[in-house]
Amino acid sequence: MSEVAVAGLSAGMLLRLELDDFYALEVDLLDSRCFEEWLELLTDDVEYRVPIARNVHSSNVSTEFFTERLDVSWMDEGKETLTHRVEQMRTGMHWAEEPISRTCHIVTNLRVVATGSEDGCDTVTARTRFLVYRNRLRSEEDFMVGKRQDDLVRSDGAWRIRRRTVYLDQTVLLSNNLTTFL
Amino acid sequence: MNSEIRDLVDVQNGTASREIFVDEDLYQQEQEQIFGRGWLFLGHESQVPNPNDYYVSRMGEEQVILTRDKQGQIHALLNTCTHRGMKLCRYDEGNTSLFTCPYHAWSFATDGDLVSTPGELFGVPGYRARYHEALDKKKWGLVQVPRLENYRGTIWASWDVGAPDLEDYLGGMRAWLDFALDHRDGRENGAVVLAGVQKWRVKCNWKFAPTNFIGDVAHVVSHRSVDMVGIGPSGKGRRDTKTDGASVFGWPDLGHGGAGWVAAPEEDYEQPRSFAKYPVVSQYFEEARAKRRELRRGEQHFQGKGTIFPNMSFHEEQPRTIIVAHPNGPRETEFWRYYLVDADAPDEVKDTLRRYFMSYSGPAGLTEQDDLENWSAATEASSGRVARKHPYNYQQGLGYSEPYPGVPGCVWARQLFSEQNQLIWLKRWAEFMEGRDWDQLMHRVEVPGDVPFPMMSDSEASA
Repeated sequence: MSEVAVAGLSAGMLLRLELDDFYALEVDLLDSRCFEEWLELLTDDVEYRVPIARNVHSSNVSTEFFTERLDVSWMDEGKETLTHRVEQMRTGMHWAEEPISRTCHIVTNLRVVATGSEDGCDTVTARTRFLVYRNRLRSEEDFMVGKRQDDLVRSDGAWRIRRRTVYLDQTVLLSNNLTTFL
Repeated sequence: MNSEIRDLVDVQNGTASREIFVDEDLYQQEQEQIFGRGWLFLGHESQVPNPNDYYVSRMGEEQVILTRDKQGQIHALLNTCTHRGMKLCRYDEGNTSLFTCPYHAWSFATDGDLVSTPGELFGVPGYRARYHEALDKKKWGLVQVPRLENYRGTIWASWDVGAPDLEDYLGGMRAWLDFALDHRDGRENGAVVLAGVQKWRVKCNWKFAPTNFIGDVAHVVSHRSVDMVGIGPSGKGRRDTKTDGASVFGWPDLGHGGAGWVAAPEEDYEQPRSFAKYPVVSQYFEEARAKRRELRRGEQHFQGKGTIFPNMSFHEEQPRTIIVAHPNGPRETEFWRYYLVDADAPDEVKDTLRRYFMSYSGPAGLTEQDDLENWSAATEASSGRVARKHPYNYQQGLGYSEPYPGVPGCVWARQLFSEQNQLIWLKRWAEFMEGRDWDQLMHRVEVPGDVPFPMMSDSEASA
């Protein structure tokens, strides 16, 4: 990229390129089962939540997802449990992932919702769409599609995920189990 | 048909035909004989706390709307418009006193001020001009589930008017259910269901779940990976365990059973300190248990996890949860999992429990994920022309069951590793499927040629 081209990019465009790169790296790590490296993309105090959706009247659309603090989710956890999940997959006896699933994450429609800084670190709130294909055994197939909202923080020049909320577009989960990070 | 059903479950020899788990015709008969007659779990009263609250649940394959009327009474109504069958309520939960059908706008009221019976037809467009007031509104109300009981906050229903009272149906298993539903400090009820029911579909026959949760302790080998990782609230294994006095207990005449602990006087019942990683929660349980020992002094402490026939199972503490296996065809099940906490526990306690429960159970639970894999793979591998001719084996501990002293109708194996409870469940399944009447099902009359549950003979027991 020439100096002129870089100079022509706004700060916002550069940020988008950086985040595009970050998400490409993330899904590459997940789909190639480099889960330990993926964990390093999360801050130690990460909050990872996949709330449950329900069918509600259109006048109550804000209540479509169970997001109150004490509501049950598909997953709502920090780094310790996420790390347990990775360790479990490495035991070779986690039958829901043994033999391994083939996954392909498509992450797209990046939108930077907010930027800021905290303790001298840049922060970003970013929304994306995801389509995750999971193929298992001979003919088991799962499609999981939805929206994500991430709070990212940049320290030491690298972005990390501090909070991720995954809005999966299913009220009844149409998969045997949920062993894939979204 | 009776002899055919009886041939499918060989109680004496501890085997059962795979057809039970894959056959379409048997599945259709189950809808009538089991889901049309047994007591089924619909939900918890805390899900409909206010007048006009509703929650859409299921009985077998069909949806029912659980509603609370202005007088506080809970009702269950079949979720289909009586006019032309449209699904009346298409939201999962909400608050309304009037359900209006989207198709032709027939409306049904659940409020006793508007109609005399909840679910009655309230209005149809053009009642005067088009129907000439000839439509008998009382006759075209929603189909009401005839039997409904609130048991310590849990709502149960049966389509069979002649079904016995729920307490008789539960029998001695009640004591275990009570422990799951009561406050940890010993007060009756006191639990609520956390908002958010996990619902998901698995390509397995529905019976794998109740026969697993009824006390299939041998299957814990499939949970080795989670035990190694150590999600338990004290940092080890998958839960804190009390190791002494554990066994499977079952009710051969009722079809219920579970894995639990030998009963002991409440004031002497000790459990190891739990939730060591979370001091506030650990202390909460210690104080609650101390209160329970005092409040229940002189009573017997029963505790365990298990299955209420046919399709409701519960874990009483770690995790504290209810799962219902709704049938979606012979080879698909829709699971609904509910999580329970003490209603007045501090938020920090509820939050820690909630997180632990989710890490254990549900489709993303580190323990449950592997169960689901077992059940779907077993269903698939049992469906073939050759495979389905070979029976399943339930012979572990066969003939080593003994009456459990002090609890009428209860048998135990004196250890956790026995398949007596799966066999008890299958025996009950066959009794329902034979079309026995309630006198026979409740063993008020004898059934000619009935096979008794295989027990250890008196001489063996004393040896």
